[in-house]
Amino acid sequence: MIDHSKLQATASAKLVVDGVSKWFRTARDTVHALDNVSLDIAEGEFVCLVGPSGCGKSTLLDIIAGLTKPDQGRVLADDQIVAGPGRHRLVMFQESALFPWLTVLGNVLFGLKLKQELSKQDRLQIAHDHLKLVGLEKFAHANVHELSGGMKQRVALARSLAPDPRVLLMDEPMAALDALTREQLYGDIQRIWETRRKTIVLVTHNVREACCLGDRVILMSPHPGRVREQFRIDLPRPRDINSIELASHARAVTSALKGYLVSGAEE
Amino acid sequence: MSRAIHGTLFFLGLLAVWQLAVMSGRWSPVLLPGPYSVGEYLWGAATDGTLSEACIVTMRRLLIGYGIGLLLGLPLGMLTSTSQFFQDTLGSLALGMQTLPSVCWIPLALLWFGQTETAMLFVVVMGTLWSVLIATDTGARSISPIYARAARTMGSEGLHQWTRVIIPASLPYLISGMKQGWAFAWRSLMAAEIYVTILTGFGLGHLLHYGRELSAMDQVIGIMLVIVVIGLAADKLLFSPWERFLHRRWGTGLLQG
Repeated sequence: MIDHSKLQATASAKLVVDGVSKWFRTARDTVHALDNVSLDIAEGEFVCLVGPSGCGKSTLLDIIAGLTKPDQGRVLADDQIVAGPGRHRLVMFQESALFPWLTVLGNVLFGLKLKQELSKQDRLQIAHDHLKLVGLEKFAHANVHELSGGMKQRVALARSLAPDPRVLLMDEPMAALDALTREQLYGDIQRIWETRRKTIVLVTHNVREACCLGDRVILMSPHPGRVREQFRIDLPRPRDINSIELASHARAVTSALKGYLVSGAEE
Repeated sequence: MSRAIHGTLFFLGLLAVWQLAVMSGRWSPVLLPGPYSVGEYLWGAATDGTLSEACIVTMRRLLIGYGIGLLLGLPLGMLTSTSQFFQDTLGSLALGMQTLPSVCWIPLALLWFGQTETAMLFVVVMGTLWSVLIATDTGARSISPIYARAARTMGSEGLHQWTRVIIPASLPYLISGMKQGWAFAWRSLMAAEIYVTILTGFGLGHLLHYGRELSAMDQVIGIMLVIVVIGLAADKLLFSPWERFLHRRWGTGLLQG
């Protein structure tokens, strides 16, 4: 199942995570969140980080985003060291981080307004195009609270894509949605990724979701957070989450995951 | 439409009860003048210019004092919300000062500034400042950190983050803080005008005070009505549009339709 020769990225790596470690100090003790994590993520690759809670996958995403600083190691995006958040690496969060004081259109325009080089006309055009991309062009002037959970995450997707970032980081964007809405979004995300070819890093605890979306699934284990195993998913797209081939991939990842949980308990 | 009818009928009913109480003759007309004589006083004061002049004097003091209170309270509240040091010092002072009824500032203001406009403004500012400061502080603390995180990844930082994210995100708290500040300013100004006698301007509080001195009950009740109407009008004109905007955008207050 693990094909190490194929895991070597052939295209120029867009993201390099180089020996990253992170500790969180609380009043009572120190938690070792990440231990010497290294990853190469190719340009246009869709990578999913999977692991039980506490494995540091969200922390790793925050570090790639530049929202958290690593204690050791570094992250390179296009050979530049990541020193802070930047609009080339946009994050889509688990809960809706849409701004309630803006309309749907206002939310999509927020990131665009920070791009000085665009004219007002361009911004509006881009915002409307992206709302169309996620199928919400009719809701441009709706208020955020009027949307369903799935629609909110679609707007969040449009808001993250509109400023044309080089990397899209997704932190469990589907965790709060019902199964049916989730399946629709899997379709949407695959379709958009096919056309826009962003480098995507998605964090999830749902193994099937990871196998459905990712080119590569990276399995992490907790205490301390480490990369344990990588799985390349060579299934044709668009993938159906309920297909048998996908289920067999997911089973392999799940059994590996369980193995680490058991051995972790014995340590 | 029916809401307007309900409101009108209710207030006409109150007027009728008042008139009936007067007509029953149980209370001396000196202590309980009827709606008609209060109306007559108001009409007289309105036509000879006393009322409009007093309203202008009062509103000018209120707006200046409230304005100063807001200008100081909003940034100071932002400061205490972002810095532990200012929270422990200025924040604690504000909490203490807010518990002090603003009427208690009047003796101090009189001794410091004498019977002057400054004394009047001082009391209004003290009444407004602390509640606005605390409301702003609470507001800025209550916003979900995810908004700031999302904004930062989109390239928003520094002043842009304050003006486009933190202030709009805390708008519901800011509006209720400003509204509370307005109520406090209005109360403290009335107290100040009743206690501080100055010659630079004759406000509504003074009219109320001299109504008592002259045992002119029609004047006392008439001015009280004017004060109520101004309070209501300020609420409707200054804050209702903002609150409607908040309810529409945030989807709150849906029970009221």
